[in-house]
Amino acid sequence: MLSLFVIPGHDRRLIPEGRLSGPMPWVIAIMIFLMVLATATGLAFAEAGRNVSDQLSSRATVQIIQANPDLKAQQANDAAARLRGMALIEEVRVLPSEEIEELIAPWLGQTAGIQDRPEGGSLLEDIPLPALIDLKLVRPAGKKELEALRAAIKPLAEGARVEPSSGLIAPVISLVQSLQWIAFGLVALLAMATAAAVIISARAALNTHKETIGVIHLLGGTDRQISRLFQRRIALDALLGGLLGLVCGTAIILLLGMQLSALGSGLVQSLGLSWYSWLIIGAVPILGMTLAMVTARMTVMGALRKIL
Amino acid sequence: MNEIVQFENVGLRYGAGVETLSDLSFTLYPGSFYFLTGASGAGKTSLLKLLYLAQRPSRGLIRLFGEDAVTMSRERLPGFRRRIGVVFQDFRLVPHLSAFDNIALPLRVSGVKEKDLTTPVAEMLDWVGLGDRAEARPATLSGGEQQRVAIARAVIGRPEILVADEPTGNVDPEMAVRLLQLFEALNTLGTTIVVATHDIHLLSKVPGAQMMKLEKGGLSDPTGSLRNPPLPRDRA
Ligand SMILES: Nc1ncnc2c1ncn2[C@@H]1O[C@H](COP(=O)(O)OP(=O)(O)OP(=O)(O)O)[C@@H](O)[C@H]1O
Ligand SMILES: [Mg+2]
Repeated sequence: MLSLFVIPGHDRRLIPEGRLSGPMPWVIAIMIFLMVLATATGLAFAEAGRNVSDQLSSRATVQIIQANPDLKAQQANDAAARLRGMALIEEVRVLPSEEIEELIAPWLGQTAGIQDRPEGGSLLEDIPLPALIDLKLVRPAGKKELEALRAAIKPLAEGARVEPSSGLIAPVISLVQSLQWIAFGLVALLAMATAAAVIISARAALNTHKETIGVIHLLGGTDRQISRLFQRRIALDALLGGLLGLVCGTAIILLLGMQLSALGSGLVQSLGLSWYSWLIIGAVPILGMTLAMVTARMTVMGALRKIL
Repeated sequence: MNEIVQFENVGLRYGAGVETLSDLSFTLYPGSFYFLTGASGAGKTSLLKLLYLAQRPSRGLIRLFGEDAVTMSRERLPGFRRRIGVVFQDFRLVPHLSAFDNIALPLRVSGVKEKDLTTPVAEMLDWVGLGDRAEARPATLSGGEQQRVAIARAVIGRPEILVADEPTGNVDPEMAVRLLQLFEALNTLGTTIVVATHDIHLLSKVPGAQMMKLEKGGLSDPTGSLRNPPLPRDRA
């Protein structure tokens, strides 16, 4: 790798480099910049999805559906007592009915309030609301755990339903996952565009220096000797562009991170990046540079092979 | 195996159309001096290109240093090309390199160390009368000066074959004689020389040189030298 940069001056003059004068370092910088941003976005979504589902996966909700409010309260209390005695359960909370009404009110709209009803009384009073028991399990709520809970409650409350809480947020999680894959797909597309740009620029450079290449060939120069000259140039372009892209990309991520944590709310909070995500982000320019150099080498060697 | 170059029924055709060269059969012997003449467009450069491996023939057999040069793999070409020095008709100096670096190019391509090449390159520059133009770029040199750099580059590596395409076209008669002396000196050291030229005056300057003449794509052989090994040259 280092040998790419230690080419004697007279060899370097063979193919004048005109470093930074061409668009190549800038194109690579922009590509790496976008790749860094897309990678960070993808990783942030991946982590957020993981955090949320981790938090929710060990939670479950028991719904007790019973028309008679007294019986309903009775059953809820019995069930809660029974659940508290189970080794599987870490925490049990019977939701007070106000809380349930609060949860439901947005679905019925503002007008569901008491004052709008000529007869008086709340619409909520007319709807048979279930009793809700919020459970935190000692481990993620899998099929087996849910079955155990159902078996425990069934004798106490016939109409009880046990649901894992992650079920409620599943659409959100799958949205986050889609966004994550879209971000990684973007990274792949950007990598392809970078490779294409390198191919175009390598071909242009080969064309510009066709005469010199011909002479070196006829003096007994090998393809490797010639491609080394071009690779060095592209390695330098990629190095400069990669660094620039990484610096700008990181700056923007940090800035956004600061703004997000200033917002300070639920899902947004979990948009942090762990140290290994930063490692991956740091690897993006290195992979980008490697991609550029490998592409350049393959392009140059391929083109040289067509010349006698 | 005594011959250094052997052509058998060689034909060369550029694209479609008639053959530029056809049915060339001849042998070149090591240590000899050959002139190649012929009208403009007769195919001298084309023949030399076959010789210095810039072009593969359309048909026929070419043996170079005892090996089949027609079917030779690409990977082996550089090794053979390093044994052949070429003065191109259009010089082909590298525009970004100084006269010194241009002349040093074959040595550097073959991996000669920097400390081992400064003296021979400087000596060569002196030989062609350009000792004070070592750092000049080709564009700032006259046509004749460029030609001398091209010649210096071709001979610096002491090639086994020297191929020179119209090497004295741009220099005055005195310089032409001086350059021929350079070729002769190299020839004395054992290099086989092939010089393509229009200049019939040149032919008389090298006693004992062989003559090849291209006419309408075919080769005529006025001195009969292409069928028999030449007699040792009279270097009186
Ligand atoms: N690359 C090429 N493609 C097509 N035709 C070519 C090519 N090179 C040469 N020719 C043709 O081949 C013929 C011989 O050309 P060549 O250059 O070998 O002649 P020459 O004897 O060296 O002429 P001169 O004395 O003017 O240098 C010419 O008719 C030329 O047009
Ligand atoms: Mg010619």
